[in-house]
Amino acid sequence: MTEKPAIKVEKLVKRFGANTVLSGIDLVVPRGQVTCLIGPSGSGKSTLLRCIAFLEEANEGLIEINGEPLGFTSGEYGERNRLPAAQIQKVRSHIGMVFQQFNLWPHMTALGNVAEALVTVRGMPRKAAEERAMAQLSNVGLSARAGHYPSELSGGQQQRVAIARALALDPDIMLFDEPTSSLDPELTGEVLNVMRELAQSGMTMLVVTHEIGFAASVGSKIVFLDHGEKIVEGRPDEVFGKPRHERIDQFLDTYLDRGAATLL
Amino acid sequence: MSWKLFWLLVEASRLTIILSAVSISLGFVLASLVCAAVMSGNRAARAAGRLFVSFFRGTPLLVQLLLIYYLLPQIGLNVPSEVAAIVGMSLCTAAYQAEILRGGFVSVPRGLIEAANMCGFSPAATFRRIRLPIAVQLTIPALTSEAIMMLKSSSLVSVVGVIELTRMAQDLAASTYRPLELYAAAGFVYLVINIVVAGLGLGLEKRMSWGRL
Ligand SMILES: Nc1ncnc2c1ncn2[C@@H]1O[C@H](COP(=O)(O)OP(=O)(O)OP(=O)(O)O)[C@@H](O)[C@H]1O
Ligand SMILES: [Mg+2]
Repeated sequence: MTEKPAIKVEKLVKRFGANTVLSGIDLVVPRGQVTCLIGPSGSGKSTLLRCIAFLEEANEGLIEINGEPLGFTSGEYGERNRLPAAQIQKVRSHIGMVFQQFNLWPHMTALGNVAEALVTVRGMPRKAAEERAMAQLSNVGLSARAGHYPSELSGGQQQRVAIARALALDPDIMLFDEPTSSLDPELTGEVLNVMRELAQSGMTMLVVTHEIGFAASVGSKIVFLDHGEKIVEGRPDEVFGKPRHERIDQFLDTYLDRGAATLL
Repeated sequence: MSWKLFWLLVEASRLTIILSAVSISLGFVLASLVCAAVMSGNRAARAAGRLFVSFFRGTPLLVQLLLIYYLLPQIGLNVPSEVAAIVGMSLCTAAYQAEILRGGFVSVPRGLIEAANMCGFSPAATFRRIRLPIAVQLTIPALTSEAIMMLKSSSLVSVVGVIELTRMAQDLAASTYRPLELYAAAGFVYLVINIVVAGLGLGLEKRMSWGRL
């Protein structure tokens, strides 16, 4: 299993009605590294991430998590067979996800949010779960806010609680969908720092982001998506360095001010 | 107006309160079932739920009460008129409460359910721990209004021979020839009850307010 990549996506196709959003994506996410997914709005980044999380079911293609098929296997004649729900849940339990909108449960405190699945899903006693949740919160620097409800926390604090909630379940792969996009600029730093530490601890991460600086400095691999296709893939210096792919150039021009783009 | 007359009204309001409280509670239980049916994957259950809602929301409570009052003896159930009144009121408010609850469930942000899904929650656990508490919080103001509506609508049950607050005021007005005072007093009693109900609803809302979604 050590030989297998953390995530392997093969010829993934996703359509919404007549709209083909992903047209045959191949992707390998190596273990213990940070892979960053970038691309213009509507290029299918979230959809790809959601397919890997099995929040969305792809129409064609296969996904493997730690070498195990997610959702479907290919049969003898190349047909897709749906796996039993318990098997799907088992494979998904390796994955933690952080959303752009945090999605904290508003009726539970920060501590409750982190402890909830440990009790409800893992069957831990409430007290043990809360101890573990407290440790997770202190890892993201929020032990002092444990008793606060999400509405009493800043966006950056909420996102850090959301990260703690995902990590409490001990995933070995973390997916991030634009984790800082709904934050005020002065709050993105604290979330990116937590993510940086997580990367240093060896977590396998797949991050959709518009933070090109973060992608360039923390990412081992950059994948550029446009119109549902993988256009460029490589190390940050290969992707952002000169000579640059024309589409990357256009992308950087529209997403960054020109000054920042030339700094890369 | 004498205290004695006023006291008779207060006594009669006891029945108003009991009928309403029982109907609203029974109605809530029934509404939960109807709401579950309307939101279920089963087509027959959905159709039955929708039919229930459209009938009891689409016909006047007065007509429903009379129908039930005359229907029950026909099918061999000789029940006191209070029971007929409770049956009618419960069915009617269940239809409204079911729609209120459905609105609450529909308004639970999808991302919260997806977060539970990513944490490995079963659909049942998601319902119990996430969707239900949030839907209830979202619907408390509307459910409070419905309870107040039912309290006022309970005056209709006099048509099946229940002597509740309005009917008592009517009877006393006829015998004392002082309609103005009696109806004003009855209105005052309704108002006091409903202010208490509204206060309870507000208190519940406050206790469950963890801020905006
Ligand atoms: N549930 C859905 N139903 C129909 N179309 C959808 C759905 N989700 C996404 N799409 C469409 O799929 C396309 C890709 O969307 P996606 O959210 O994956 O893009 P994105 O790269 O994440 O963009 P952004 O940077 O704006 O988040 C868009 O055209 C979008 O309208
Ligand atoms: Mg997106």
